[in-house]
Amino acid sequence: MLPRRLSLWLTDALMYALLIGVSAFMMLPFIWMVSTSLKPADEIFAIPPIIISPNSTLNAYVYLQEQYNIIGIIKNTFVIAFSATILRLFFCALGGYGFAKFKFPGQAALFAFLLGTMVIPSAVTLVPVYIIMRDLKWIDTFWPLIIPGAANAFGIFFMRQYTMSVSNELMDAARIDGAGEFTIFWRIILPIIAPGLTSLGLIFFMGSWNDFVGPLIYLKSPEHFTLPLIIRSLIGPVGRTVYDVQMATSVISLIPLLIIFLIFQRRFVEGITAGAIKG
Amino acid sequence: MAETTVLKDSHLSLSAKLRQKWAEIYKARWPYLFISPFYILFLIFGVYPILFSLYLSLTEWKGLGPIKFVGLKNFELLLKDKVFWQSMTNGVILFFLYVPIMTLLALVLAVILNSKRVRGFRFFRTMLFIPYIMNIVAAGFTFRLMLNQKYGLVNLMLGIFNIAPVPWLESIWGGRISLCLLVIWAWLGYNMVIMLAGLQTIPSELTEAALIDGASSSQAFFYVTIPLMRPVILFSVVLSTMGSFNLFSEIYNLTGGGPINATITPVIVIFNQAFGNFRLGYASAMAYLYFIILFALTLLQFRYFGQQAD
Repeated sequence: MLPRRLSLWLTDALMYALLIGVSAFMMLPFIWMVSTSLKPADEIFAIPPIIISPNSTLNAYVYLQEQYNIIGIIKNTFVIAFSATILRLFFCALGGYGFAKFKFPGQAALFAFLLGTMVIPSAVTLVPVYIIMRDLKWIDTFWPLIIPGAANAFGIFFMRQYTMSVSNELMDAARIDGAGEFTIFWRIILPIIAPGLTSLGLIFFMGSWNDFVGPLIYLKSPEHFTLPLIIRSLIGPVGRTVYDVQMATSVISLIPLLIIFLIFQRRFVEGITAGAIKG
Repeated sequence: MAETTVLKDSHLSLSAKLRQKWAEIYKARWPYLFISPFYILFLIFGVYPILFSLYLSLTEWKGLGPIKFVGLKNFELLLKDKVFWQSMTNGVILFFLYVPIMTLLALVLAVILNSKRVRGFRFFRTMLFIPYIMNIVAAGFTFRLMLNQKYGLVNLMLGIFNIAPVPWLESIWGGRISLCLLVIWAWLGYNMVIMLAGLQTIPSELTEAALIDGASSSQAFFYVTIPLMRPVILFSVVLSTMGSFNLFSEIYNLTGGGPINATITPVIVIFNQAFGNFRLGYASAMAYLYFIILFALTLLQFRYFGQQAD
């Protein structure tokens, strides 16, 4: 048996070693991504590898703007993610409020049905939804990426849990004053549930900003592409892939999310864990 | 108006009952309106596609022209489709390759971060969680670059220790392990954060009491923490199971399903049949079979874990 102090010290050392080791594994791809995006082409595969090149250049970023109008691509990605998020938040807040603060016939069954829809894998609806979008002439537009997910089962569940904790007194007072039901939602409920909406909105925004499959299926012309799709399309013939440009796009796609995440980290984590722990 | 009608009808004839029901529903028109967007959208983009897909699974269709009804032919072909069954097998292989390691690692890291002995809680949590916010296309191509056999950073680093270059993306098991590395990299932080939230719901008095009663810290971990964490672990494992069959973007951007279909998953096969070969009927049949198998697998997991919990 080791003396108690030594064994405690060993446990601490092991714990820090594991934490630092895993953190390093997590950070390495980011470092390599940024480093590659700044290297001149002939240093990308240099042996031994160069981490910070003395010849660092922003050529890859300039090339991206000149050849691919990357600012336009950022705009596309933002427009889709922003409109999808706002629409989703509105319908989820409204639906969550409906389930949390009212009693109506069939409520339990409707709610169970809502939760049940979450187990259906998207592979089953993939083909028919594509056909619907084609018949609506929505291929190569942003609509397929915004409309079908506008009312999200998880989001309604999340907002219902959140809204249930709001007290009824304010609502009842407003009703006595003769406020309409929608006014009560818009003026009284919405400001109170704003923190919950922030958590949910961050998840929605990230999901949409990072979405790959949707844009891959529905966006056809390069000027409509989103950031993940551009990264994919930069893959060249074997051995000719422009890695510096590809990594530059990756850096660009990460930065806005990184800033948002670092600011709202607590809300973000709340949103992610709420479904797992309360559900 | 409708409410006063209800009050007048004291005898319960059928029409009165109906009118009463209608009055109840009319009274609840606002909540119905509030929850309706989900059900309307689900009718169009959920119910209709599910039924249409079921019909398509019995047909041959290229997306244009007449739909040809072929009965169960697609399902007969499916039973003999080597690529499809390879993809299901791959799902199982990938599951065993990464889910146990990732779940255990997430749990251990969460316990470490949750213990009061470690400083820098916020710093480490951020470090471990950040990969989750990176889009998987960027991550896939960064990994591809780093795992390049000849010039990749990983093999160059291994070379320092005189380890011969590993054909990460060029061999069957190399491809699978590379994929697992990417998945663990992307999802470990997410699972850890969930476990951390679960741990915070366990009162610390419980573990402290066990320690005072003479249990070692590893005994406290196995006999107090793990049983209490079972629902959270189950949640994480079930999600990862669905995840390992559902992998799409990770594979599409890292290995492309290769080498020789070693990393192909059902969703990739369905996608290729639908949008590569335009065999929409066949792809629908495949999606249905896949859904049924996955659903059975999830039920099985719930049963297995549920029984152990009692």
